[in-house]
Amino acid sequence: MKLLTKAYRPISWPMKGSGGDTGSWRTHRPVVDTQICNKCQICWVYCPEAVIDRQEITIDYRYCKGCGVCAVECPTGAISMEMEE
Amino acid sequence: MATSIKKLPDIEQVLSGNGACGGCPATMGLRIVGKALGSNAIMLLTPSCSVASMGMTPRLGYNWPCINITFASAGSSASGITHALEVMQEKGRLQGELPTVFAWVGDGGTYDIGFQALSGAAERNDNIIFFCYNNEAYSNTGVQRSGATPRGSFTTTTPTGKRQPKKNMALLMLEHNIPYVATAAVAYPGDLYDKVVKAKNIPGMKYIEIQAPCYLGWQFDMPETVQMSRMAVRSGAWLLWEAENGKISFNNPSSLIISGKKDAAPVDEYLMKQGRFNRLLKGPDAESRIAEIQGDIDREIAFIRERAKITI
Repeated sequence: MKLLTKAYRPISWPMKGSGGDTGSWRTHRPVVDTQICNKCQICWVYCPEAVIDRQEITIDYRYCKGCGVCAVECPTGAISMEMEE
Repeated sequence: MATSIKKLPDIEQVLSGNGACGGCPATMGLRIVGKALGSNAIMLLTPSCSVASMGMTPRLGYNWPCINITFASAGSSASGITHALEVMQEKGRLQGELPTVFAWVGDGGTYDIGFQALSGAAERNDNIIFFCYNNEAYSNTGVQRSGATPRGSFTTTTPTGKRQPKKNMALLMLEHNIPYVATAAVAYPGDLYDKVVKAKNIPGMKYIEIQAPCYLGWQFDMPETVQMSRMAVRSGAWLLWEAENGKISFNNPSSLIISGKKDAAPVDEYLMKQGRFNRLLKGPDAESRIAEIQGDIDREIAFIRERAKITI
């Protein structure tokens, strides 16, 4: 690919963590109980941060801001919010 | 029937670790929009929360080419870009499918400041999708009143509650005679996804308004973002409809309310949950002011019910 001249080069590139490690904003941590979870993916669709893995229902704690939307929306109550240490 | 959650594509256009608040409805909606539009799109942003959410240079929180433009020019800038792309394709400098040009603008940039440029773009019927994520105030600058703020709502510039009703922007856009207008809410992602996919495949100007309850502006608890959106739709304060070439059709659950099969939930419960109506509910004339708000909602429902009967 032809190198872009400096004038046309974008100043930012799409990358994870553009706001820093946003996991440090969290006061409560969502914890998934895999025994109860029925993998309905409702937490995945409502997560504003896209930190929940769709198949495994695991959470990327590096970027999760701990908003708690997943815990409220979970129909089986498999996600609980635990106080951060 | 709206697309089920399990059938939504895997593609993520909003990247983790962006600068938005936790529980932000704008990124929640934008994620679903990203799934529908795919990566071949150009995004225009006016000053809004979504610009702050992009994060810090040299990183970018959205996986699209993003252009930050002035507040009043979302419509005109999008028109310019889409025309330039068409000319580039004619001259053979751009191969393949044309990227979708879309503007992602808050309610201030749509209802008040950006209205002139948007109206112009709609009248010219330029090939763009204009998204308005409506959190009913200027939330980015600390919650000031906007044209979308409903009657009775507290903002920093209306400390005793707004005295005027809100505009119905989606209906205004419908009367511009554009090919596609729709309203959506973050609590109904399947419905939103279908509407964006439909808009993507229609040439001409498309307008989609997404209701986005901001927990800071509306003063409720952070985890209840989706619930608040759902309550607004169930109480009739927000209606889900789409109009192709001026023919309105309603989506569930608003269609049940419009057709009278199901009564709308009383607005009291919806108001009670939000801190922005607290002063109104505690005041001496609370009942009459709640009746005013209920009156606004009933009027909107009655109006759009009759408007939907015009199908010429």
